Amino acid sequence: MNDQKKTLLELKNIQKDFFGNQVLTDINMKLGEGEVIGLVGENGAGKSTLMRILFGADMIRETGGYGGDVILNGEKVSFSSPFDAIEAGIGMVHQEFSLIPGFTTTENILLNREPTRRNVISEVFGDRLDTLKRTEMDERAANAIEMMGVDIDRNMIISDMPVGHKQFTEIARELSKEQLKLLILDEPTAVLTEKEAEALLDSIRGMSERGIAIIFITHRLQEILAVCDRVVVMRDGYIVNEAPASETNVTEITRWMVGRDVEGKASSVSTRTHENAKTILSIEKLWVDMPGETVRNVNLEVKKGEILGIGGLAGQGKLGIPNGIMGLYEAGGKVVFDGKEIPLNSPRRCLDSGFAFVSEDRRGVGLLLDETLEWNIAFPAMQIQNRFLKNYLGGLIKWRDEKAIKEITDKYIESLAIRCTSSRQKARELSGGNQQKVCLAKAFALAPRLLFVSEPTRGIDVGAKALVLDALKEFNRESGVTIVMISSELEELRQSCDRIAIVSGGKIAGILPASSSVEDLGALMLSQVI
Amino acid sequence: MNTDTKKEKSRLKKMVESFGLPRLLITLFLILLLILAPIVGADLPTQITNIIARFSWNGILVLAMVPMVHSGCGLNFGLPLGIISGLLGATLSIEFGFTGAFSFIMAILIATPFALVLGTIYGWLLNKIKGGEMMIATYVGFSSVSLMCMMWLVLPYKSPNMVWGMAGKGLRTTISLEGYYINVLADILHIKIGNLEIPTGTILFFALLAFLIWAFLHTKTGTAMTAVGSNPTFAKAAGINVNKIRLLSVVMSTWLAAIGILVYEQGFGFIQLYMAPFYMALPAVSAILIGGASVNKASITNVIIGTILFQGIVTMTPTVMNNMVHMDMSEVIRIIASQGMILYALTRKTEGSK
Repeated sequence: MNDQKKTLLELKNIQKDFFGNQVLTDINMKLGEGEVIGLVGENGAGKSTLMRILFGADMIRETGGYGGDVILNGEKVSFSSPFDAIEAGIGMVHQEFSLIPGFTTTENILLNREPTRRNVISEVFGDRLDTLKRTEMDERAANAIEMMGVDIDRNMIISDMPVGHKQFTEIARELSKEQLKLLILDEPTAVLTEKEAEALLDSIRGMSERGIAIIFITHRLQEILAVCDRVVVMRDGYIVNEAPASETNVTEITRWMVGRDVEGKASSVSTRTHENAKTILSIEKLWVDMPGETVRNVNLEVKKGEILGIGGLAGQGKLGIPNGIMGLYEAGGKVVFDGKEIPLNSPRRCLDSGFAFVSEDRRGVGLLLDETLEWNIAFPAMQIQNRFLKNYLGGLIKWRDEKAIKEITDKYIESLAIRCTSSRQKARELSGGNQQKVCLAKAFALAPRLLFVSEPTRGIDVGAKALVLDALKEFNRESGVTIVMISSELEELRQSCDRIAIVSGGKIAGILPASSSVEDLGALMLSQVI
Repeated sequence: MNTDTKKEKSRLKKMVESFGLPRLLITLFLILLLILAPIVGADLPTQITNIIARFSWNGILVLAMVPMVHSGCGLNFGLPLGIISGLLGATLSIEFGFTGAFSFIMAILIATPFALVLGTIYGWLLNKIKGGEMMIATYVGFSSVSLMCMMWLVLPYKSPNMVWGMAGKGLRTTISLEGYYINVLADILHIKIGNLEIPTGTILFFALLAFLIWAFLHTKTGTAMTAVGSNPTFAKAAGINVNKIRLLSVVMSTWLAAIGILVYEQGFGFIQLYMAPFYMALPAVSAILIGGASVNKASITNVIIGTILFQGIVTMTPTVMNNMVHMDMSEVIRIIASQGMILYALTRKTEGSK
């Protein structure tokens, strides 16, 4: 049906890299007037970057621009700022709200585009001081809201609104722009209740009938199937597949999204079973109040000696599990380790019981950026286990043992192949991959009994990735340390882990052996998304 | 040829960068003053004696900055709080009738509990307002000085050497230490060669405290303090009680300020009350910054270099300038140097965090 419609937007060979890290490769896409396409892909697949290019975001230009052509209405365009993009008829609703909390709906919808009337003061001081035509503003806002087909209060102040209404206000703002031809919705339903999401889908259909083309990004595949004409699936910066929504289904899309390997064959490493091993860690009714990664009710058992993977989409709570147990965010529930209950909200007690944690936030939590590698690696072991210290006056004075610190640092620099000028180099000066290795060394130096590793390969290059994963596996095999590995990359979990638990909606949606197919894991990922 | 000079230039630039442009300029200025001094007719050994003496008085007050900088509480603009503890120790020691060197030891002993209590309260307050420490510290300093302005008048001091002559109550603004602990430290192993004098005892006392701080920073707790300042989240994840460490640093800083003011007084010869503590924080802050410290990194070397440079300029400018232009420029230069230095350091903080 697209063929009859005029092509509105065409992307030709779009390329984008961030400092040599290729995030978009050879993107080709066509969009007709009034067409609704669903854009799906895992986190980091390149959806947001692509939309930023379309919208002329500053950060694209600051990082060296992009390759390829964007053709709008048959003309090649290159937006130097979002204002140009708005001028050309592109509207975008962001994941985060960009509304003014103290203004009413109407004021937000028409912000900076208010109909005005000249008055005495503005005659003198310029049109910034024109009087607002309140009644006309009301009408235009009402029109925009009506176009969505939902009922929200025009005079309510944004800060008093439920999130769903804020989302609608954002959409209404885009709709009130007369030149609007293409609307980009970036996970608009993430914060909506079911009923509100339903209403939004209706309004998408309505907008499409008016000839507005829509790019709809969401993790809820049912919504895509319900409302879109076409589904475009991205993975690792490529468009891997596109299909009319009527000819595909959730399972198929999931497989396109997550499967590096469409056949879905077993992971390369033989998985071990630890069925007879005893449970070393049991988590009951865990909740964690970590912003953006709320854990609601997690029950999980970890077997001694295994590598347990925890996967799931961003925001579903997988990161909250280790952060909550380690006491970095407020948590509740019951955690029993090796027969002893571990008190929550106390990092020290966890560390004393033999836990170690490699945080996903390398620079914020994982490292002392302005200190030497020696300090970074030896510090936790020094503070928690009194190692690398010389005792004087019967232990009254605990003096830093620089020699022992240097020895252990050199040992890890060698065994993990950390590339640095010396053990006294500052952590800040290392590359991301090497910083990650320092974080691992720090955890290894604690000689933990249970190691939490969160997003061990985030933001590091392929070579370093393999090394980090191998180091973890070796640590597990040789020292018998139980590892809980949290990662957004399913393939990585399938390669390294024995079992994979999938978190969805702040709960464990299921646990499968690592040899399970990508479709099964993917289905779990999406099963309880909220 | 061209590339050679370019290389040379970049090397020079690097050197300047590592040494710090302001520190370089101030060093050059001080050297210039030292060269000019004999030319304009000032006696160089006397000038150097002055610099050394002032260094020995102020060293510990500057040293008091170090613990709080290490724990990430920033520069201790609340120094007057510690100074007040010291002043309480000094006045009470005299009030209780101690004299000579013993009055100095008693002053330290009496000042200590005040410093510990006030420091704890101050530290507790700073833990409540993480991120805005320096601004709050400034106001803590200011308000404590104002409160004590009233207290000095009201507290029932009786010693005739300290109270106003006519009224018989309320402390005087300046109290002479003659007969008490004037020069108690300076006179130990005092060296005098012609016009050059060195207060060896005071310098040794400073060296002892500086050594203790240096040593402390090499212990387990000291390492934790530096880590807390470097990245509090990292420290928390490593099981450190961040608030406790910060509190400890504030107490240490306050106690050092109390000792620092007592050492200052024994050299200066007077106890100064009322608004005097008000003016003590900024010179100490700018001295450590001139010494090359930043808002979150400071070493003992920074303290020593900074105190010498800052006090050098403060003592040299009046003599040299007055002899040259017959006009008192010293105060202006002191203010420009100290405030400018603080301003520079605060802008550098945002640069560093990027």
